[in-house]
Amino acid sequence: MIEIKNLHKSYKVGKNSLHVLKGINFSVKEGELVSIMGSSGSGKSTLLNILGMLDEADEGSYTLDGVPIKNLNEKLAAQYRNKFLGFIFQSFNLINYKTALDNVALPLYYQGLPRGERMERAMSYLEKVGLADWSTHLPNELSGGQKQRVAIARALASHPKVLLADELTGALDTKTSYEIMDLVQQINDEGKTILVVTHEEDIAQMTKRIVNLKDGVIIDDKKIEPIRASAHV
Amino acid sequence: MFSLERWQEIFETIGKNKLRTFLTGVSVASGIFILVILLGIGEGMQNGVEVQFQRDAENKVSITGGITSMGYGGLNPGRNIQLVLDDFYTAVQNSDFEIEFQSPLYRVWSGLASYGNESGSYRLEGVYADYQFLEKASIIEGRYINPIDQELGTKNVVIGNRVKKDLFKDKSPIGEFITVSGVKFKVVGVFTDPGGERSETRIFMPLKTSQRIFGNGEDIRSISFTLPKVADYDLALFQSQEFVNKIERQLRSKYNISPLDNSALYISNNIENTKEIYTILNTMKLFFWGVGIATLFAGIIGVSNIMLIIVKERTKEIGIRKALGAVPMSIVGMVLHESIFVTAISGMFGLILGLLLLESVGPFIDTEFIVNPEVNFNVAVSTVIILIIAGAIAGFFPAWRGAKIKPIDALRDE
Repeated sequence: MIEIKNLHKSYKVGKNSLHVLKGINFSVKEGELVSIMGSSGSGKSTLLNILGMLDEADEGSYTLDGVPIKNLNEKLAAQYRNKFLGFIFQSFNLINYKTALDNVALPLYYQGLPRGERMERAMSYLEKVGLADWSTHLPNELSGGQKQRVAIARALASHPKVLLADELTGALDTKTSYEIMDLVQQINDEGKTILVVTHEEDIAQMTKRIVNLKDGVIIDDKKIEPIRASAHV
Repeated sequence: MFSLERWQEIFETIGKNKLRTFLTGVSVASGIFILVILLGIGEGMQNGVEVQFQRDAENKVSITGGITSMGYGGLNPGRNIQLVLDDFYTAVQNSDFEIEFQSPLYRVWSGLASYGNESGSYRLEGVYADYQFLEKASIIEGRYINPIDQELGTKNVVIGNRVKKDLFKDKSPIGEFITVSGVKFKVVGVFTDPGGERSETRIFMPLKTSQRIFGNGEDIRSISFTLPKVADYDLALFQSQEFVNKIERQLRSKYNISPLDNSALYISNNIENTKEIYTILNTMKLFFWGVGIATLFAGIIGVSNIMLIIVKERTKEIGIRKALGAVPMSIVGMVLHESIFVTAISGMFGLILGLLLLESVGPFIDTEFIVNPEVNFNVAVSTVIILIIAGAIAGFFPAWRGAKIKPIDALRDE
């Protein structure tokens, strides 16, 4: 599903160049649930941004579902993001003047779906994350866990190939974090490929594979038997 | 570009951001509103000035006798210069130019006129038939003094509209007899004068009649002429000055007036005044255009400022939309579409409000300097359109900048 080879990325910080990713080789197969771990500054967020086509690599190749992701213009990148990827952010990034339902329906608007179909599909995903009763509420009327569920519903609504989650439990307490991870595991059980960037060990233990990043290189990549989050809820 | 889906999205955004929309709308609407009011007042003042200055024919020249202020030819200062009818004929005969309208005038400053139980004090003037055109008077009822009246010295009078209202109320005065200073006159016509009410408190009669009843021999107060209109202003001015100068020279030599004495003869040349009017009108026109353009400019800057702030405020939202698959052009389209819609609606609202105010208040403005304030509707509508287009162009750059925001920058935690 994801295939990256010899990925390099540096940032200019003043006069100096900061080499963040120093040759990453990494692949993910369909249906995997992978966590990318590392302390801050290890390059994990940069890697996720490149995978999410929010940022571009300096060097190396990236193939997503057989499509080479290279030299994208803004328009093509936007279309690929819409078609292939679902994002889940630490700070939820919901549009605060839209209801939960409208937020979930937004990526479908950019897919060009008619309104009726958008709303129907958005509602079915809100049901899936257990927030059907909250569909008409604005984000600031929801708890952190509920906001993240809306964000997950939104990421799923466009039927992406891969879900990319950046510290998705970073703003949540432990109990809520496990509830969210339970939902993530359920979605993965249905066959969705999911990448989770985290620095929390317990969250990483709930995925099927842990990739450890340090100073811009992968130092460790191992498959594990995931702990079911439902056991802790 | 203008799909139903886009409209739904726009209405949703506008509905959810009422304050922002309201503030944008108010700034645009007030800009247009002020512009409309300004243009209206400008137009009204122009009308006012035109009415003020164009009471008489704009090419009228007239000469009135005065009092000498300096001794000349052995005569003392303080002499009264009394023109006589002969002076009028001499001027006409010696003219190097063709004369359009001509009339001497004899005036009695105040005469008591009565009809039935109503009476009033009015100015009496004896004139020739041409005087109507020298004064730009128009007949409401009946006719003006004609050459036969002059020839026969009939006791026929033409009364001003004010006189008619005072003495006759709603009744038609034609054919009725009024008593003026003890003499009965037959009313043959009613006139109205662009000079306003004061000009309409006059009673005109044939010159011969006025001289015979009220006058002293061949004495007259003034002589007035117009030369045929010439398209070129400078030529008209030159001709009228030549014409007047010749009459003036003759009168000065006849009455022994010093060439330096400025108070012995009053000469009024409306063409000279016309130049002032045109200068004033042009200056005012320029001023109001300047103010209008400045207002429009301020409006455009206001709209672009608001656009910039809106885009800034929506940076994060734009980032989210882009992460979810919005292509750059759809961001530009969204921002522009919304702004054009808001600008157009509020611009039209301001326009209608301004026009309504002018229409409702305009007729009640009771001052001589503002008459019938109105706005050329086409000018107003094109102003709104210019504002919308300029606002869209000015808004395009912030929108474009918004579209260029990298989602990664927009989404970075604040």
